[in-house]
Amino acid sequence: MSFSDKVRTVYQEQIKSIRDAGIFKQERFIHSSQAADIEVEFPAGSSLKKVINMCANNYLGLSSHPDVVKAAHEGLDSRGYGMSSVRFICGTQDIHRELEKKVTEFLGTEDTILFPSCMDANAGVFEAVLTKDDVMISDRLVHASIIDGIRLCSAVHDTFKHSNMEHLEKKLQLHADKRLKLVITDGVFSMDGDTAKLDEMVALCEKYDAMILVDDSHASGFIGKTGRGTHEKCGVMGKIDIITTTFGKALGGASGGCVSGRKELVEMCRQKARPYLFSNTIAPVVVSGVLKVLSILSGSTERRDKLEANTAYWRKGLTEAGFVLKAGDTPIVPVMLFNAKLSQDVSRDLYDEGIYAIGFFFPVVANGQARIRTQVSAGHETHHLDKALEAFIKVGKKYDILGKTKQEIIEKYGL
Amino acid sequence: MDDKKDVVLKYVIEEYLEDEDDEITYDTPLISGGIVDSFSMVSLKRFLENKYSISIPDEKATPEAFDSVDKIVVLVNEFLK
Ligand SMILES: Cc1ncc(COP(=O)(O)O)c(C=O)c1O
Repeated sequence: MSFSDKVRTVYQEQIKSIRDAGIFKQERFIHSSQAADIEVEFPAGSSLKKVINMCANNYLGLSSHPDVVKAAHEGLDSRGYGMSSVRFICGTQDIHRELEKKVTEFLGTEDTILFPSCMDANAGVFEAVLTKDDVMISDRLVHASIIDGIRLCSAVHDTFKHSNMEHLEKKLQLHADKRLKLVITDGVFSMDGDTAKLDEMVALCEKYDAMILVDDSHASGFIGKTGRGTHEKCGVMGKIDIITTTFGKALGGASGGCVSGRKELVEMCRQKARPYLFSNTIAPVVVSGVLKVLSILSGSTERRDKLEANTAYWRKGLTEAGFVLKAGDTPIVPVMLFNAKLSQDVSRDLYDEGIYAIGFFFPVVANGQARIRTQVSAGHETHHLDKALEAFIKVGKKYDILGKTKQEIIEKYGL
Repeated sequence: MDDKKDVVLKYVIEEYLEDEDDEITYDTPLISGGIVDSFSMVSLKRFLENKYSISIPDEKATPEAFDSVDKIVVLVNEFLK
C-alpha cells in the first residue's frame, strides 16, 4: 500500500490549508449550453437556478451559435471523432492545415501552427525558438501559461513593470549583449482588461532589434475595427513576430490554441515544440467549428460591433451607478471592491439576485485589489445588462459602496 | 558600506516597487516578502555585477542570499574581495 495514511495526511493537510486560506475553488455545474442565460446547480445538489452569465469569455456569443454547432456536426460526420495520433505521425487532416491557413489570413501573419490549447502554445513556444544565449523580457502581469512556458526555456528571463515603456527600454538596454531578445506581453490583460501599448512596444523592439510576442487570447475576434486583435487596434498588423491565441474564448469557446507569426518561428515550433509533438491536436469536430467562426467573422463585423456597443453601455451604467471600475474600453470590466471578503459577499448576493459574476482576490490578483470581474458578450441583449445593472445597484446599496471612492471603500472594509 | 546599502536600496525601490509610497528598509524581506519575484532577481544580479564589476555564480545567487538589502550587500562584499 503506497498511499499510506502518512501520505494521505500530507495531502489532507495541504487541502485544509487551502480551505483555511479561503482560496478553495469550487465548481458550479451548468446544466445548459454556454450563453447569456444559463441554468446553474450551486452549491452541488441544490435545485437549478436561472441566472445571467456575466463572467464567461464568450465575448462574441458564438459558443452555442447554431451555425457553429451545425458546422461542428458536419465536421463530426465527415472527419470523424478522434485522430488517435499526434500531428506528425498520422494526426493531421486537411482541415487542420486549412484552419492554420485561415488563422494566418485572419491575423495577418505569415504562418500558423495549431496547439491543443493556448496554454500548450505558451508552454511550447519559448523553448522552441530561444536558447540560453537569448533573453526573454516579459510584462509583470502576463498570464500564468506564459510564466510556465518561460520556466521551461533556458534563455535568461527578466521582467518590466506593467505597461511601463521606460522600464522596458531600460531592460532592452541592459540585455543588449544577448544574441536574441524577445519582448513578451498579453494583448489585453485578463484581470484588468487594459490593452498593451503595442505601437510603442513595436517601436522599441525595432530600435533595439528585439522580437515581440503577444498573447491575444482576450482580443482575437473582437479587438480592433475588424476584430483581428490588439495589433489591429494599435496599428501594428504585420509587425508582431509571434501571436499566441486561443479558440477557447471568443472564437467559439470550445478549445484549442495556436502560434501564429513569422514563418521561420512557426516552423521551429513544428520541429521542436513539445506540446505539439507529444500531444494530440484539436479534434476534427472543433476544427470544423472554428473554421465556421472565422468565416462568420471575416464576413461581417456585426458581432464585434454589438460587443463594443454592449461594453460601452455596461461601463456607462456601472460608472453612473457610482462603482469604481478599472479604466479601459475592453469587454473585461472589473468592478473594484479591494477587500477580499467583500468581493465574495457581493458575488454571493449577486447570485441570489440572478447574476453570475465571480469575485477575484489574492493570489489571483494583487493583495488589496479584490474585485468582481464582469465580462460583456455580444450574446447579451440590453435587457440582460439592465437586469444585471439593477442587481449590482441593489447589492451596491446594501454594502453602501455606491459613489464611494477607493479610499472610502478601503476605510470602510479594510484591505 | 552604507553607501553600497543605499545604492542597492535605491535600485530595489526603483526597479520593483509599483507604488512609490511603499516603504522598505535594509532588512525588509524582498523575495519571501513578495516584493521581488524570483524571476525578477535576474535584473538585480545583472545590476550588481555591472555596478561592482563582479561575477556572481548562479549557485550563489539564491533567493535566500537576495532576500534583503543587507544580505545582498554581504554577498557583494564576498565577491569584491
Ligand atoms: C491570456 C491567456 N492566455 C492563455 C490562456 C489559456 O488558453 P487555453 O484555454 O486555450 O489553454 C488563457 C486562458 O485563461 C488566457 O487568459
